[in-house]
Amino acid sequence: MNACTEKTIPVKVSTARTIEFAIFRHNPFDEASEPHFETYQLEEADSMTLFIALNEIRAKQAPSLQFDFVCRAGICGSCAMLINGRPGLACRTLISQLPTKVTLMPLPGFELIGDLSVNTGKWMRGMSEHLQTWIHSAEVSNFDAMEEKMAPEQAEQIYELERCIECGCCIAGCGTAQMRPEFVGAVGLNQLARFKIDPRDNRTDAQFYEVIGNEHGVFGCMTMLGCEDFCPKELPLAQQIAYMRRAMAAAGIN
Amino acid sequence: MLFKNPLSSPRGPAVMDMLQSVSGIILALFMWAHMFMVSSILLGNDAMYWVTKMFEGEPIFGKGYPILVSLFALFILSLVVLHAFLAMRKFPATHRQYRTLHNHLGGIRHTDSYLWYVQVFTGFALFFLASVHLYQLIMHPADIGPYASSDRVWTGRMWPLYLMLLFVVELHGGIGLYRVLVKWGWFMGKDPKIGRKRLTIAKWVLTLFFLVLGSLTLAAYMKVGYEHQDSAGERYQPAEYSQLHSASQGEND
Ligand code: HEM
Ligand code: SF4
Ligand code: SF4
Ligand code: FES
Repeated sequence: MNACTEKTIPVKVSTARTIEFAIFRHNPFDEASEPHFETYQLEEADSMTLFIALNEIRAKQAPSLQFDFVCRAGICGSCAMLINGRPGLACRTLISQLPTKVTLMPLPGFELIGDLSVNTGKWMRGMSEHLQTWIHSAEVSNFDAMEEKMAPEQAEQIYELERCIECGCCIAGCGTAQMRPEFVGAVGLNQLARFKIDPRDNRTDAQFYEVIGNEHGVFGCMTMLGCEDFCPKELPLAQQIAYMRRAMAAAGIN
Repeated sequence: MLFKNPLSSPRGPAVMDMLQSVSGIILALFMWAHMFMVSSILLGNDAMYWVTKMFEGEPIFGKGYPILVSLFALFILSLVVLHAFLAMRKFPATHRQYRTLHNHLGGIRHTDSYLWYVQVFTGFALFFLASVHLYQLIMHPADIGPYASSDRVWTGRMWPLYLMLLFVVELHGGIGLYRVLVKWGWFMGKDPKIGRKRLTIAKWVLTLFFLVLGSLTLAAYMKVGYEHQDSAGERYQPAEYSQLHSASQGEND
């Protein structure tokens, strides 16, 4: 009996809860479709994420259920949804941390593709084109030459902000963005902050002011801090918005 | 250039955002200072009398000029008007926006978003509550004092307004100061996430302190007013002041 204790895996009596999922169902491309909730029961398994649960529900109970995922590791940003009313990534949400009744809805503020799937990509692209979230430089790059050196702290700072996965949680978590669809949101302001601190970007504060020095930009933010508290990558969004606000206030009166 | 509308210039949003914050900060700090002064009644009628005379400029001019109180109240009212005008832009404007916001707030159960809504709500209430209070002061600047104020609170039935004003303004100003610091990234320390937690605690401690102080103060005025109701309208004579007064009168006799 004692000989093999180290190698055996203790058998647990199943204490798994049965979770009831109320999932928003609607296909906007089907005229007969009415938005409604459907409920599904699923027995919880060890280390089950919401992403795994959704796949099981789709495999065994609702083959037509639409939801997005790619990386299942919190990297691609496709699986964001409202989980019991709060924005979060399905692949990073453990079922064990949820109550036995779970309501799932698509992220608000984005175009609905169907059920839990929304077109965050379209929104992000629009924001990116509007704010021009890429490096603006007059220099023509010589791709054969060595890159300019960058101070490690500076590179780290840029990298920290670059971690945004464009999941859209900060838009779904922001009362301002929900009320005012033109608001560029924390994702947009953070991305411009990232280019503002990048020495390779030659844009001046006056140029940044032209795109975010208004009520749809940094001055529209009302410091509700949903963005900061719901960002699954825990980006320092409040800090970056404050940084842009100070810079834009100074640029505005100069 | 001369007739260019400043609000339509590209500076507008920056200037308006800064003025909104500056006016809010001055008002909130003034509100706390004001609370300390009003609460002098807790130290007795003479203490409050002395504070009143200070504000009428008696130590400087040798005699009280209530007009100074009027002017100061007028200044505060203009700040309130400026601040309200700017902050009003942030109110939800349409039924649709209110509905979206209510759905949103109901779903996310998020403290700081709730706090913002409390600020909108209390800000709206301040339109009325603050205006009544300030108008009264501007028009009757001399009616401030241990008896005059207490009579107004009790016999003049102003205490319900002051009770509402106390809670509304303390919540609004306290939340406002917290949000304005986070908004501009001031006093956040090295780690802004820890800094924000600290500010939240400081904010609630201060709000609680001023609510308790304010409630005690209002109770004190109500008590003085209640006891003085039969001779309402009579002005307070400070103890040593009346002694001096009668002494000098005695000499003249
Ligand atoms: C008629 C009176 C008032 C109205 C309608 C009003 C309304 C508002 C609103 C809606 C906000 C939020 C603005 C935003 O989210 O950007 C705000 C912010 C603020 N209010 Fe008021 N308020 C009034 C009076 C006061 C008073 C008397 C005080 C002082 C105790 C005060 C202090 C503040 C502060 C410190 C802020 C934060 C400033 C900022 O975010 O830039 N307000 N007010
Ligand atoms: S800032 Fe955070 S919440 Fe917003 S899109 Fe990027 S990762 Fe998602
Ligand atoms: S701080 Fe608030 S208003 Fe500003 S972007 Fe974040 S959630 Fe939106
Ligand atoms: S599946 Fe990629 S972030 Fe969830």
